[in-house]
Amino acid sequence: MDTFITAQNLTKIYTRGAEKIYALNGATFSIARGAIVSVVGASGSGKTTLVNVLGCLDNPASGTLTVNGRQIFAGKLKLSETELTKIRREIFGYVFQKFFLLPTLTVKENILLPSVFQPRLRASGDRLAEILQLLGIAHRKDHLPGQLSGGEMQRVAIARALINNPSVLIADEPTGNLDSKRSEEIKSLLLDLNQKQNLTIILVTHNPELAKIGNQILELKDGTIQES
Amino acid sequence: MNIFQVAYKNLWRRKTRTLFTLIGIALSTWVLVTLLGFNKGYEQSLNENIEGMGFQIVLTAKGCPYEAATLMLKGGTGLRYMPEALVRDVAQKTEVAAAAEMLMHAEFDPNKGESGGTIVYLGIDPATYSPMKPYLQFAQGDWFASAAAGEVVLGYEAAELEQREVGDLMLLPGSTQEYKVSGILKRTGTQDDGMIFLPLQAAQKVFDKAGLLTMLGLRLKPEADQTVFEEELYQLPDVQVVSMAQVKNTILSLVASAKVIVLSIAFIAFLIAMFGVLNTVLMSVFERFQEIGILKSMGALPQNVFQMILIETTLLCALGSLAGISFALGFSSLSETAIRQLLPFTPNGRLIIIGWPVIIFSFVSITLVGIVGGVYPSLRAAAIRPLDSIRSEE
Repeated sequence: MDTFITAQNLTKIYTRGAEKIYALNGATFSIARGAIVSVVGASGSGKTTLVNVLGCLDNPASGTLTVNGRQIFAGKLKLSETELTKIRREIFGYVFQKFFLLPTLTVKENILLPSVFQPRLRASGDRLAEILQLLGIAHRKDHLPGQLSGGEMQRVAIARALINNPSVLIADEPTGNLDSKRSEEIKSLLLDLNQKQNLTIILVTHNPELAKIGNQILELKDGTIQES
Repeated sequence: MNIFQVAYKNLWRRKTRTLFTLIGIALSTWVLVTLLGFNKGYEQSLNENIEGMGFQIVLTAKGCPYEAATLMLKGGTGLRYMPEALVRDVAQKTEVAAAAEMLMHAEFDPNKGESGGTIVYLGIDPATYSPMKPYLQFAQGDWFASAAAGEVVLGYEAAELEQREVGDLMLLPGSTQEYKVSGILKRTGTQDDGMIFLPLQAAQKVFDKAGLLTMLGLRLKPEADQTVFEEELYQLPDVQVVSMAQVKNTILSLVASAKVIVLSIAFIAFLIAMFGVLNTVLMSVFERFQEIGILKSMGALPQNVFQMILIETTLLCALGSLAGISFALGFSSLSETAIRQLLPFTPNGRLIIIGWPVIIFSFVSITLVGIVGGVYPSLRAAAIRPLDSIRSEE
């Protein structure tokens, strides 16, 4: 598998009064295309900071990040919010613990939401049908989020993240709000997506069972990565 | 799906709040449209009333000029009289194109309306009076045949109120003689609608005012200088000279003071609409802090979010102002009745005229003011960083 993401010496520092806290302290690793990467660690270890930097939601203090051969961060150069957004919309799809579905939009409309803001990437009807089929929610396409179960809502959130064909899916605690049965369903779905779509998945989780699907595990401790 | 559909659906997430905001905007628009319509309607009706009199100058017995003006516009009690001989020479002057002598008499009728009212009788000579008012047309019959014919002509409203037809007989106050209705005028929208006309000599006899007049209406030749002529008339003793242009200007200057109040209320209506919108949209943005951040993580640029919130605001204002305009149009008769109850003097005709300019101005201005109120919340929304919303999730 070819390398898709390369991170070198990524550093992120938060200050609390006079104290400096290294949320990331020289993180260096690479991720292959089509890999499932589980990011694990105790609360406050820097997992979310890492995926925020990897997912271009935040600038690192220093270090280099290259995605698909394109250098995103280099040295201390900061990108503006708009520049970060433009990178995000081309490369990444996000899934969060809370589903953040718009309650007044149907399943179909929620999935198409990213396309509203990216007319150039506007998803076709075929793509929508494909995603609905893939996620097993075609029969729910005209329902409102309030009429769905937690598992179905997370499927819709995943469908929304995938509608514009991102290269990388970042899922932050995707099963955090689900019971064990629904968590199992989402786990299977992520594996399926990875195998069928060759989708690179970066998964932040406290759930050891879910973390096991990763073929690469990045364990964070005090901002430092211990790769296994 | 497009950004307009998303914005529209967002509005209905908090139905009650949106509804109350819409009502607030609608009420502000209703007030604005009604006030602007009143502004136009009052002035137009007053102009029509004064121009409908057909006179440029009116001579009355010496007294309060405002009372004289009210007398001419509305008819009324407390009438003063002047001798015919005093003003007859005026009608002969070279500047005068036409002159109409009139004797007015007002009589309280306890049976008129719900709590009684005043019936106004006007003694005239049709030969001089009707050329002054070329718009007068008969619905039935014609003017009285002669001064001695024992006939009367009823204005449109007077005929409605008295329930009279041509050929009916009626008694005049203080007289035992029955007068035949020789004609009923069509509606004019002027004070003539409420009058009962009778021959001048008959009026002087019936009301015991032999040789007296209430008014002399004058129309001047086009080449006459009205100001110079008025100056000449001012020299006449015991005669009040009332220029209709002056009456109009006097009333309009009084109305101008009311206009300032009207415009102040309209301005307050603007402010209510703007702050209502600002409050609603800002609350909505705060409530959707995380969601807006998530939209940005999905690829929405700050300008996309700004646009979405501003579209929500625009939709809210446009819907609210359309509802307000509908209320103003639908309830204009009710508003007019209320205004007539409140104001001491209102001209005949429509008091509230809501034309397209008023509708378009109100719609555009309320919508624009609302949009201005939505700019700040939109900017706040556009500035939300996805990272902050994700952190707030933890």
